[in-house]
Amino acid sequence: MQPEPLFTQRFEIEGKDFRNAGKASATVKTILREIGLPPAIVRRAAIAAYEAEMNVVLYARKGTLELKVSPSEIRMMFEDQGAGIADIGLAMQEGYSTASEEIREMGFGAGMGLPNIKKNSDLFRIDSSVGRGTVLDITIRV
Amino acid sequence: MTLESVREILRCSVLAGHDQLDTEVEVGCGADLMSDVLAFVKPNALLLTGLTTVQSVRTADVAEVKAIVYVRGKLPEKDAVELANERGIVLLAANLPMFEACGRLYMHGLPGGSELEKEASDATRAPLHTTV
Repeated sequence: MQPEPLFTQRFEIEGKDFRNAGKASATVKTILREIGLPPAIVRRAAIAAYEAEMNVVLYARKGTLELKVSPSEIRMMFEDQGAGIADIGLAMQEGYSTASEEIREMGFGAGMGLPNIKKNSDLFRIDSSVGRGTVLDITIRV
Repeated sequence: MTLESVREILRCSVLAGHDQLDTEVEVGCGADLMSDVLAFVKPNALLLTGLTTVQSVRTADVAEVKAIVYVRGKLPEKDAVELANERGIVLLAANLPMFEACGRLYMHGLPGGSELEKEASDATRAPLHTTV
């Protein structure tokens, strides 16, 4: 059963907009902190959100983040319009990356993103189809 | 270790957060890859990096990194300094290479992430070894 959300907000994320990359995650962090959630939970949510947001900026044309906070959980759903992931099993391996040199120069593409999102989540679901996009469903229990 | 001590040890210039140098950092982390920082850094850390883009500050913000030391004489982009001021993150710059900057802080007692983990597990294990 889905818990009734106390708070929901939707964010638009633009691909290749490096200047604003991370803005949505910073807002998520501020919101969760203002709600009064424990700092360790806020930190996990912020890290997962930022990794996922950077994935949209680096690899997709655009995407959205839907944040839902209920008394029992934080749920973040990322949906992007991008190239999709051909082999999810491989993408989940630490150190595996398809990042370009340009992405690596910005400090990303170490192959730690998806494994790190999973590590910081209590529930993590990924669906992707090549040529269409990727959906990440992240739940962190409060 | 206070950020004031970091500044003295590395002879840093202060680029943001001049009024926050009494802040304490508990652990050091040296990395140029932000994905590695996000995966491994501990809260209340000091980050030493050569990455000068705005993403260095974004990463520090989400991972509860209190301050960044830019090494090798590199200076962050204007956007990065603005964001640091906005989010309350201290920015320092040192002329030293990464290895020496990390080494000097370590020599002065700033621990690394694995030591902090060890300390935490020793602390929880300790009572088991106590004999009455």
